[in-house]
Amino acid sequence: MELRELQGYATFFMTIFLVVMMYGYIIHLYRSEKKGERDYEKYGKIALDDEIDSKPIEKNPKISEEKKGANK
Amino acid sequence: MQSNAALEYDYSVAKLFTFTTILFGIIGMLVGTLIAAQLAFPELNYLIGEYGTFSRLRPLHTDVVIYGFMLSGIWATFYYVGQRVLKVSMAESKFLMFMGKFHFYLYFVGALIAVITLLLGITQSKEYAEFEWPIDIVVVLIWVSWGISLFGLIGIRREKSLYISLWYYIAAFLGVAMLYLFNNMAVPTYFVSGGIGSVLHSVSMYSGTNDALVQWWFGHNAVGFVFTVAIIAQIYYFLPKESGQAVYSYKLSLLSFWGLMFVYLWAGSHHLIWSTVPDWMQTMGSIFSVVLILPSWGSAINMLLTMKGEWNQLTENPLIKLMVLASTFYMLSTIEGPIQSIKSVNAIAHFTDWIPGHVHDGVLGWVGFMTMAALYHMAPRIFKREIYSKKLIDVQFWIQTTGIVLYFTSMWIAGITQGMMWRAVDEYGNLMYSFIDTVAILHPYYTIRTVSAVLYFTGFLIFAYNMVKTMTVSKEISQEPTNRTPMAA
Repeated sequence: MELRELQGYATFFMTIFLVVMMYGYIIHLYRSEKKGERDYEKYGKIALDDEIDSKPIEKNPKISEEKKGANK
Repeated sequence: MQSNAALEYDYSVAKLFTFTTILFGIIGMLVGTLIAAQLAFPELNYLIGEYGTFSRLRPLHTDVVIYGFMLSGIWATFYYVGQRVLKVSMAESKFLMFMGKFHFYLYFVGALIAVITLLLGITQSKEYAEFEWPIDIVVVLIWVSWGISLFGLIGIRREKSLYISLWYYIAAFLGVAMLYLFNNMAVPTYFVSGGIGSVLHSVSMYSGTNDALVQWWFGHNAVGFVFTVAIIAQIYYFLPKESGQAVYSYKLSLLSFWGLMFVYLWAGSHHLIWSTVPDWMQTMGSIFSVVLILPSWGSAINMLLTMKGEWNQLTENPLIKLMVLASTFYMLSTIEGPIQSIKSVNAIAHFTDWIPGHVHDGVLGWVGFMTMAALYHMAPRIFKREIYSKKLIDVQFWIQTTGIVLYFTSMWIAGITQGMMWRAVDEYGNLMYSFIDTVAILHPYYTIRTVSAVLYFTGFLIFAYNMVKTMTVSKEISQEPTNRTPMAA
């Protein structure tokens, strides 16, 4: 097989692979939301409710009790 | 649980970077205006001897606006947004506070040395990577200090999930770190030659075509990870916050982010189309550039849709106007770039003025507007005073928008004229025009560009004036605004 031909096949299959990956990712995002496993949209509120004493959308479990002080 | 009422976000580092954003913006854009004028009126090259020539000033313009103005803006916003979306104050860690200030002062000293060396003509002659090896080492230290601040802050966060903006700040950090290191691999000649020549001089570890490939892998991406990625970080925070609307689709932001991360790094070879690099690599750069439309427009459309049902804010709030137009210019720039990367279009566009035209609708419209809107949003929160004048923002907006439109339209015409003239042949296959013919015919467009540069720079001075007045004499505010930035009429 000539190099040119090989490049052609490589480009074709790479494109198909990337398209499948991308659509796969979109399906994964929507499916996990539909199944109730994740709620992605709630994270959008992080920017809006960003006072230091606001309740975190998801608390960082690693943070020490002392550090939690600011959150009411 | 103990309640600590005194805990507040600490903006001291954000303030310092705000000052340098304004300072370097003025210097970089002033030099840009001068060199635009020099292209139209060459006698302006001889105002201050060797220090005022186009060749000396051009790298100064690009490096000061990119690494001075833009990076300062990126870091001013990072030290503001980072704390807020992680819900942790820098005041809670003495070490992070020290690192933040160390980061700033090292950066400021490094930037001043860089400016001086460029003026002296000390350069390794790589576009956007002009700094010689000792400054490169300082750059690495500056970058590592940012990394410590970035990951240190993440390490003590209260909010478990990292907000979209942070993914982009992290990507900017990692992307530029990798690209800068690889592209600046150089051998200091003084040490390997046993003491011949200047201590500052070095040669690249790559040669010929390989050097060009590494350079444009860097040139496209390092700048892209500053121009694009770190500015997206800003708009994902400031537009929702200023408008009070949560981002339209978090899922779309995820898709756009991973799409951009994967595709961006492969597109750099489009700078070398029709050059001596392998043909497959040119094709790859071209294809990935076209694919890049998808994640770029994904972010831009997500921003525009965030304003859904709230478009009245566009007329009421000049900051929303700046950000929406920034997003629109991002769309224009990210469709124009892929078009220029198509091989047949590139045959005309390559080496012409259409290229700086493309760069400037991106940087003036997208980066400039977004950075200024971000600083305007931050100002009342960090200086505890309302914006000095809403009217001045409006005036600035229209002056600068006119400037941008004049810039890219004149360069479209100039570039395509240039490209067509260079290729034109008579019936015997002889070139119809000499180089100087193109220079003569482009003079009016270069003059228009100078006018556009004066307009944009004037707008920036208005911005600087408005910011200084906000910091010093504007009405004090007792409570931090939630969304819309307070401003005097």
